[in-house]
Amino acid sequence: MNAIISLEDVQRSYGEPPVLACAGVTLTVERGELVAIVGPSGSGKSTLLNIIGTLDRPTGGVARIDGLAVADLDDRALSALRAHRIGFVFQQFHLAEGVTAVDNVADGLLYTGVPRAERRRRAVTALGRVGLSHRLGHRPNQLSGGERQRVAIARAVVGDPPLLLADEPTGNLDSASGAAVVELLHELNRQGTTVVVITHDVELAETLPRRISIRDGRVVDDFAEPGVAA
Amino acid sequence: MSTALAPPRARSRLLGRDVLRLGTTGLRARPTRAVLSALGIAIGIAAMIAVVGISASSQARLNDELDRLGTNLLTATPGKSLLGKATTLPADAVGKIGRIDGVQSVSSIAVLSVPVFRSPLSDPDATGGITTTVADDALLRVVSGSVRSGDWLNPATSGFPAVVLGHAAAERLGVVSPGTQIWLGSNYFTVVGILDPVPLAPDLDRAALIGGPVAKELFGFDGSPTTVYERSDDAAVDRVRSLLGPTITPQSPSDVEVSRPSDALAARNAANQAFTGLLVGLGSIALLVGGIGVANTMVISVLERRREIGLRRALGATRWHVLVQFLGEALLLSALGGVFGCALGTAVTGVMALVNDWPFTLPAVTIAAAVASTLVIGAVAGFYPAIRAARTPPTAALSS
Repeated sequence: MNAIISLEDVQRSYGEPPVLACAGVTLTVERGELVAIVGPSGSGKSTLLNIIGTLDRPTGGVARIDGLAVADLDDRALSALRAHRIGFVFQQFHLAEGVTAVDNVADGLLYTGVPRAERRRRAVTALGRVGLSHRLGHRPNQLSGGERQRVAIARAVVGDPPLLLADEPTGNLDSASGAAVVELLHELNRQGTTVVVITHDVELAETLPRRISIRDGRVVDDFAEPGVAA
Repeated sequence: MSTALAPPRARSRLLGRDVLRLGTTGLRARPTRAVLSALGIAIGIAAMIAVVGISASSQARLNDELDRLGTNLLTATPGKSLLGKATTLPADAVGKIGRIDGVQSVSSIAVLSVPVFRSPLSDPDATGGITTTVADDALLRVVSGSVRSGDWLNPATSGFPAVVLGHAAAERLGVVSPGTQIWLGSNYFTVVGILDPVPLAPDLDRAALIGGPVAKELFGFDGSPTTVYERSDDAAVDRVRSLLGPTITPQSPSDVEVSRPSDALAARNAANQAFTGLLVGLGSIALLVGGIGVANTMVISVLERRREIGLRRALGATRWHVLVQFLGEALLLSALGGVFGCALGTAVTGVMALVNDWPFTLPAVTIAAAVASTLVIGAVAGFYPAIRAARTPPTAALSS
């Protein structure tokens, strides 16, 4: 029950005849871990991310996120899970153009029923956590790529979710900005958030304490550095 | 009554005031498109409001006119006897009618077959449709007519070759001011007055009106009227109407035809109303096309915003929240068009009323109906796109 992610022989097939993008994945991520799921494109890691993020349901096996079996939940319950328990960071940031950083971050709480003034207040705090207190009123086109991704991370953590999923968070960034973003993820992890980074970048994965390698829809390696609770 | 310990299971919630803000995001992102698609609705609404407003304003003018002219005027004319022969009204008809209870005033005219010309040199065949008509002093008051220039006939002038021309008659004879002489039944008559148009007795517009005594002297007028005009108390109109025939010719009441000239005006208006119905139909087609425009815009918008939808789903939006957002946007879009259309339609009505000198009339229920129909159109037009938006898979945010 304590594991935040628990997958048992999870499969996800598409089309007819079925093509398995996820061919029986079993893995467990405990609360407080910092994990890389690494694999080349086409390895099925995005499908895995969709299932972990409850954006998609497995066609076989059991996926438990935050202790809840995804298959048993309806759309409302899954949405509630995403609203309150999971934060997402995307490769393309997905920030609304023409909207200030504060309002972009505040949208992270839009579906939690928190009133707007309170959302904005907490957004300011979250932007402080990612070191962007001096960019509150800036719009995405006035920010650098690294800053944009930090705004997106602030949006993901504004509601203090126990689980943060980052899909290629450094994919669109230069190495310096990328390193800053990775350091930020480390920092958030130290503050107690479980962080799962999905990437094809082995170099990036090497900097994280646990690496789960995916190929052809299966886990081919699960390496945890000694001294890290697994 | 949930305790603080039990529940990480908070629900996904979207506040009502946030729905309104969300509805405007698409409009703010692409204002030109929003304006253009709202324009379709606006034109439809404006067309319908203008049609109804113009019709209501002209109706209001007619009502004013009827109020001014009164609807209590009845006319009695000779009809056909049972055997199909033309009848005449007796010379004492006016006197008899005046004694009916409730009758306020009576007057009569008699059309003579006497041609009217501008001068003795005029072509004898070119009568111009002007009828020589014998009138009494009371006529002008009974039919609510008015003199444009000169004077109405009086006991003095009715014994002399003096004539008052109806509005159209004066125009056709080319008479612009009193004092002119015209050639009426081989006699010179002096024009003493020219009338304004008489809406309740249009026959008088084409009449050359002369007094009874001079008609008797020159043309052998026997005193038998061809039309009797009668005004009674409003409440007595129906009763008087049924009494006119028996009073004039008790031996054969059906020989007299009775009509109410204000009914003719009202009937003309009813014909206009039917035309208005047709125009409203055309306006509603414009509205329908506008609605399709909104639906089209929304469908495209949903396709373009798959990623935004995916992001919102990742942030915790339920399908319902996405549906509500896009439905709200469609409603807002058509409401925008509706408000603009109402303003435009009202302005057009105002201009038409001003130009035609009508009282500006626009029933509040029309505006209410217009607003209601824009909301219905917005809901219908937005429903399918909103369903499509709600069905967009949450994974759309990730698939690049």
